[in-house]
This record gives sequence, C-alpha cells and structure tokens, in this order.
Amino acid sequence: MSAMGRPGRWISDHLILMIGLLVLAYTFVPIAVVVLMSFNDPAARLTYQFDGFTWSNWANPCEPEGMCAAVRVSIEIGLLATLGATILGTLMAFALVRHRFHGRATTNLVIFLPMATPEIVMGSSLLALFVGTGFSGDLGFWTILIAHIMFCLSFVVVTVKARLAGLDSRLEQAAMDLYANEWQTFWRVTFPLVFPGILGAALLAFSLSFDDFIITNLNAGNEVTFPMFVWGSAQREIPMQINVVGTAMFLISVLIVLAVSLRGRRGARAVA
Amino acid sequence: MSALGQVASEIENEPEPAEVDEPKGGRRYTGYVLIIPGILWLGLFFLIPFYSLVATSLYDPAGTVFSGYEVTWEWSNYTTAITENWQPLLRSFWFGGLATLFCLLLGYPLAYAIAFKAGRWKNLMLVLVIAPFFTSFLIRTISWQLILADNGFVVETLQWLHILGQDGRLLNTPIAVVTGLTYNFLPFMVLPLYASLERIDPRLIEAASDLYASPIRGFAKVTLPLSMPGVVAGTLLTFIPAAGDFINAELLGRPSDSMIGNVIQGYFGGGNNYPDAAALSLVLMALILVMVIFYVRRAGTEDLV
Amino acid sequence: MTTADAAAPAPESSTAAPETTRDLRLESLTKSFGTFVAVRDLDLTVPRGSFFALLGPSGCGKTTTLRMVAGLEQPTQGQIYLGDDEVTDLRPYKRPVNTVFQNYALFPHLTIFDNIAFGLRRRGRKDVDSAVNEMIELVELGSQAHKKPAQLSGGQQQRVALARALINEPEVLLLDEPLGALDLKLRRQMQIELKRIQIEVEETFVHVTHDQEEAMTMADTIAVMNGGVIEQMGPPSELYENPATTFVANFLGQSNLIRGELASGSDGELVVDIHGSKIGVSRERSRVQNGPVWVGVRPEKVYISATGEEESTDANTIVGGTITDTSFIGVSTQYLVRMPWGQELTVFEQNTGARKVFSPGTTVDLHWSRPHTFVLDAEQDATAGVETVDDTP
Repeated sequence: MSAMGRPGRWISDHLILMIGLLVLAYTFVPIAVVVLMSFNDPAARLTYQFDGFTWSNWANPCEPEGMCAAVRVSIEIGLLATLGATILGTLMAFALVRHRFHGRATTNLVIFLPMATPEIVMGSSLLALFVGTGFSGDLGFWTILIAHIMFCLSFVVVTVKARLAGLDSRLEQAAMDLYANEWQTFWRVTFPLVFPGILGAALLAFSLSFDDFIITNLNAGNEVTFPMFVWGSAQREIPMQINVVGTAMFLISVLIVLAVSLRGRRGARAVA
Repeated sequence: MSALGQVASEIENEPEPAEVDEPKGGRRYTGYVLIIPGILWLGLFFLIPFYSLVATSLYDPAGTVFSGYEVTWEWSNYTTAITENWQPLLRSFWFGGLATLFCLLLGYPLAYAIAFKAGRWKNLMLVLVIAPFFTSFLIRTISWQLILADNGFVVETLQWLHILGQDGRLLNTPIAVVTGLTYNFLPFMVLPLYASLERIDPRLIEAASDLYASPIRGFAKVTLPLSMPGVVAGTLLTFIPAAGDFINAELLGRPSDSMIGNVIQGYFGGGNNYPDAAALSLVLMALILVMVIFYVRRAGTEDLV
Repeated sequence: MTTADAAAPAPESSTAAPETTRDLRLESLTKSFGTFVAVRDLDLTVPRGSFFALLGPSGCGKTTTLRMVAGLEQPTQGQIYLGDDEVTDLRPYKRPVNTVFQNYALFPHLTIFDNIAFGLRRRGRKDVDSAVNEMIELVELGSQAHKKPAQLSGGQQQRVALARALINEPEVLLLDEPLGALDLKLRRQMQIELKRIQIEVEETFVHVTHDQEEAMTMADTIAVMNGGVIEQMGPPSELYENPATTFVANFLGQSNLIRGELASGSDGELVVDIHGSKIGVSRERSRVQNGPVWVGVRPEKVYISATGEEESTDANTIVGGTITDTSFIGVSTQYLVRMPWGQELTVFEQNTGARKVFSPGTTVDLHWSRPHTFVLDAEQDATAGVETVDDTP
C-alpha cells in the first residue's frame, strides 16, 4: 500500500464506487430529459428545447392523431406476445433443467442465437420468409405478433431457467414422500416457487415487445405500433405526448420490478 | 447459466442454489414434448427465414415485390452489394467496435462497483442498470438529439472549455452516433461483466494482497483474468447489436455516417431492392456467426442460455 | 426440547404405532448408476418397531438404500417388502413411508403449519387442524406455527422436518443424517430426543449416519455398510466387541490388529502365534479357522505393566514393548507402544488415579484378558475403515 493519508485512503476505497455511481447517473440523463420534456411546451416542433412548463401534455395524452391507437396496438401485441412467449419459453426451460433429451447443445445454440443476432437481420429474414411464401400482402398485426413471440422466447427461457435451476429438487421429492402425486407436486410446490421467475420473464417479454422497432417496422405492413409512430414523428413533428408515454412506461415498469424485488426480500428474511 | 439468468435470479433474492441433481428422465419423452413447441416456433420463424433470406439474396435484381422474384442464382448480388457498400460495412464495425470499447471502459467500473462495493444496495443498483431499458429505445435516442443539440448545455460547455471550436457541433457527427450506441448498449456489457465478477471469491483478492500485490497488480493478475468470460460475453452481446444498429446513425448522424443497418433498411424500404438487402444481411450475419462460433469453441454452449 | 423432560408424556393416540406395522425386508437389492454399483445385492430385515441404523462412510451406499426404501430411487434389481407386500415399484406417495431429509427440504413458501399439514392434506384428511396443532406442541414450536421456514433456526427447522414426517404415522420413518447440520451439543440432545420419540411412537426408524457414536447411542441394531455391501449387522455391543471384519473393527472405535498364524486348536479354544508369543482365543470369536490371521484387541482392553511383573494366567500377554508416546487426554491416557516386530500398538488407560503413568522409553509388557480377543481373516486390509485426514467430513 502507498503512504496515503486517511482522506486518500477513503478516496481510493470508494473511487470505484463513485465512478460506478457516476456511470449509473449518466444512464439516467436521457430519462431525466424524457420526463422533463413531458412537461414541455415547445415553441418550435422539429428540433425542440425546453421552452415552457405545462401540464397540458399529461392532461391531453391522446391529442396527437394516431398515437393512442398506436399505443393500443403495441399493448395488444405486447400482451399476446407475452402470453405466447412465456408459455413456450417456460415449457422449454423445464425441459432444459429437469429432463433429458438429445441435442442439448444444438438447442442451447438455437435459443441463444436470437439474442445475439442483429435485429435488422432477423427482421429482414422474416420479411423474406413472408414475401417468399406469398404473404407479402398480409403483413400486419399477425406477422408482427409472430415476430415478437420469436425474439422474446429466448429471454423467457433464460430467465425461467435461472429460477428453476436454483430450485432444490429435493423439495419435490419431499412432496412425493408426503403423498403428493406428480400433478399435486407440480402445482403445490414447483409452480409456486418458480412463479416469480415466470413473472419476471413475462415482464421482460412485454418490455421487449412494446419497445421493438426494427423487426416490427419491416414486418408491419400498414399496422402502426407505438415505436413506429415515434419514428414517423421524428421525421416530421414530435408531439410532447410521446414523452408522456415514455415516462409512464418507465415509472410503471420500475414500480413493478421494485415491488417484486421487495416482496422477494421480505419472504426470505430470517428472524432467528 | 447465462449472465442475464444469473442477474435475474439475484434480483429475485434467490437463496444459494442447492446443488442440482442430474435431470430426472423419469418419463423418457417428457423432455421432448416440452421442448418441441418452442423449438418448432424458433425453427419456423428464426431458422427457416434464413433460408428464405438466402433465396432472396439470389433473386434476379430486376424483379420487384409486385412483379415477383425469380431465383436466378444471382451470386453477383453479393458482389454488387459488398462493392457498393463496403464503406458502411466497415463503418459499422468501426462504430460498433468503438462503442463496445467505451461500454467496456464505462461498464467495467460499474459492474465492479456493484459486485464488490455495493453491499446491500446491490439489488437496487442492478435494477437501476436495467431501468432505463424500460423507456422506449427510440425516445431515449431522441433525447440524445436534445442533449447534444447545437445550442444545448453540453455543446456550449465544451465550447466554453475550448474542447470544441466555435462552430463545433456534436449532433449529426460520428461522435454523436458512437455516444448513442454506447449509451444504448451499456446494460448488455454491464450484466455479463457483473455476473462474471460476482463469481470471483473476494478472498482471492485478499490472498493476492497478502502476497505483496498492490491493488493495481492484484487487479491485473487476479481479478481481470478471472473476469475474462464476462468480458468476452459482454463484448459479444454488445458488439453484435451495435454493429447492426441503424437507429442511432439515423437520428444522431449524417447520411455520410450511415451504417450497414441503414443501407439494408433503405434497400427494403424505399429502394425495394430486396435481393441486395438480403445479400447484405447475410454478409453481416456471416461475419457475426464467425465470432459466435469462435466464442462457443472456447467456452461451450451450456453457459450461453 | 430439553432433556429435563424425564417423565415422558403419556403416548397420544395420534402418534402411537398403527397396528399394521410390518417388518421391512430388502431382498437382493442392487442399484447401479451406469458402471458404478452403489448398492450390491443387499439382504436385510428390519424388525418392526426397532431403531435401526445404517452406518458407513460417505459413498458406501447407505443413502441410496434409504432412498430406494422411500421410493425416490428405483432399484436396478431386487425387491423391497413391507411384511408380505412388495412395494418395490410403488411411487413414493403410495408408500406408508416418510423421510426426514438431510437438509430438511421444508417448503419455503408454506408456513410451518402448512408444512406439517402437507402429508395429511394430500391423503384427504379433513380435520387436520387439531392433529397439526398437537404435533406442533409436541415438538415445542407452538409460537412459530405461522412463520416460514427461513425465519427459524437450524434446530427448529429440524424439528419441523421431524414433525412433518411423524404426523403421518408411517410404518417406517427414514432419517437421512438429520442431525448433521446441528452443533455438537444440540446434536447430543436430539439423539436422546429421537430415541425417546421412537420408543414412544413404536414405529420403525431407519437412521442413516456416518457418525459411529451416533449410531451406537441410538440404535437397537446397526448395519455397517462399505462399498455397497453390509459388512456386519447386529446390536451395537456385538459389533463393537466382536467385529467380523477389519473395516468394522476400525470404523467403530479403534482396534489393534496384529499379524499372526493359527498354531493349534482344541474344541473351544484356538492358539495363535504372534511373533513368538502365544495367544489364546475362543473359537466363537475367530472368523477364520486356519491360516494367517489378524489378532484384534481394543486399546481400552489392554493393560500395561512394567517388564517382568506377574499377571494372571488367564490373560494373553505380549512382551518387549517400548513406550514411544504418552498423551494425557484428561479422561484417559493414550499410549503408543512399539513392539519388537516394529508395529506400534495403541493402549488407552482410564484415568482412575490408581495407576502411575508410564513415560516414553519404558520397556513394558501388554496384557489383556482372553475373552477380549477377536480374530479376523488376514486377507482383509488392516487399514480398512480407518479415518484419515482426507475423509474427515
């Protein structure tokens, strides 16, 4: 160790932490801007800066034409995609953790690849599929949904698998030892304990679906989702209500994650 | 277990996972029944489209969406695509590489801080790393337009510090594009790094210190090498989407800053040049697959998912 | 629980043994995992209502055997019977057998009450509340019923695990090293408690452990397992005083094993030659009848005397030893004595205060009374069962 004095020691001990916190703060700067802008009453429309404070954006969130419709489409697709991806992904996670089958390595690779492939490539290949099989006229809600389930699947598998792998299989053996058959064991022991993982996966899937632009844009046909609306308005005129939606999304998501996390902590606290 | 998985289980306050018994294949076929629906979906909508992409890339470029396409084994689509677009291709790897490097430089201290210095704030900090994710990617990038605007706070401060000339700007420059990329993909670097650092036994660092290593040497000789799996995973997961991105380039850069993603997007959209778009996509994908295979060779597939 | 509860409460009807308790019988039970044979051709009968211990080092197959009885592991070959009924292929939830798991396996998402009630509810019993409350009082966890397992201490969790199994009145209760995670003092308390409970409920207990003291304290019958087979089975005293193999001789307590040759024999007695000295042993206590042998005697049975002192003619004597180490342990003094043929023997002498302590370097004779000798097959490894630093758990 060097011959640093007490203050020097404190700094070096905490330097990393401070740098880390700085980086963390940096990641929130644009969020702060978004929140700020949601209260903005801009003078110009194309390149905006903060001109005046107003509640009107929050009061009239659906004022921009087509925005709320786009939000509704995004929510609909999000919910359906979450349902599909969560079910399929949970089944896969159970297979990977609890069962034997040939081709594990290939399966792992196939699940991993969508997480690593650039969205532009996934989007264009799906488009190529739809066009090549004659569905180019039918691009719309269902093609978007298919795409979303596809890329959300991998994330669900990863999240549920993590939770499941940490589950002591002796708990299920204990249940069977105590006269619960396979079905009862699953519903009374396995499922309640895996559920937080499934919930987290569902949240993640919804976020990914709601936020997706690149793949959606290529396969949307005439349908407009919220990110597509934002993109379109970035070329023309950006309504401040976009920031209202962005802020709302952020707040809701953070609240849900914190609630789940805190509930988990309370359940696990040991008193003795 | 992948980085995302490990972090996911941490946030949910998982107790120490007990040793996992071998999967019980009590019923021989249950595994297959469970895995097949998902694999089918991925096979149908992820793998097979690549086949369509290949077919599309071999179309006669004279066709259009309306008149239909002919597969004419037009390999020249590839050569035209590459020769016309080698600049955006190179630029993509350059921007992506820079962004990945900055993500590493910024993300490593953050991951280190969370893993070793955060104590009981660990979970909160992890949530905070992921939280910006929950705002639309596009909206965040638009916010960067505002932050880096010509008459904005940042530019004016830099001009005042004489780092930027009087006419200097940040927006619509490569600097803005790289900044945007770095920002948007930072969590992809931080999470795997954190997962890797978290697994290091702090007593190893203590042992290094006991054996006369200064903090910096201890880091270089012990921590850094042990965190390498995380560095590699993070690099892969950051570089790949960054190189393929086009949103940052579109919103924060000039047309001359276009990346390969912009080109592909343009071909599909207004250009209606599906064969070239497909060819380019496949070239990009091929380059990326090479990297993934290289990684898998060294590290195996069990830790991917 | 306190051991001050000297007067056991009157047996409650809810925990008395069912009339139908049957003997547990394992026949030719074998379990292999690929090429590794964990349990090899096991034949075993556990009498109803007894406290039975499966004792052995880690990896000997005792836990695997237990799991097969519970139904959590399928035997590769062999059968398991309760009385005359074969249960080999029955699922765990169809057997009247319950397990206390090594790490307790309490359901973390259920309260203590619901954990204990679990088995009764699965069997469709309607009025579980009173039975569960009774059981909770019995294990003295009355104030904790609404808590979750993570909020209890290790000792409390252990009692919940026991209660959860006992409340179902199983014909056989299986215990998989349930006391391993407890500290020494608590462990001793629980050993006595478990024995008391077993006597009270009159159910068959099968207890798996690697701790030989624990097995000897609690069990009516011990089966010592090694490498997938039972080396010897019987009451603790029989196993201890008359071990059948070198493994048992070394695993339970300590033994001195000296190489010898069977010299001659009459009807009841055999004479063994150990490096020149003649040792007498009764035929019953000798596992082989001719050839090279190990002569065994426990360290606490050996008496040291200074060279030349007379001893009774009924004793076996070997002369010419030199004391190489004297360790005062408090309750006893432990001597290492090097014999003329190079072997170092161990002697424990209880610290009664009546005898002097011999110092290293003294030449001594060793004596022990004839009935304390046992003779084993020299083919066996004399170091089998000796605990080394490597396998200290």
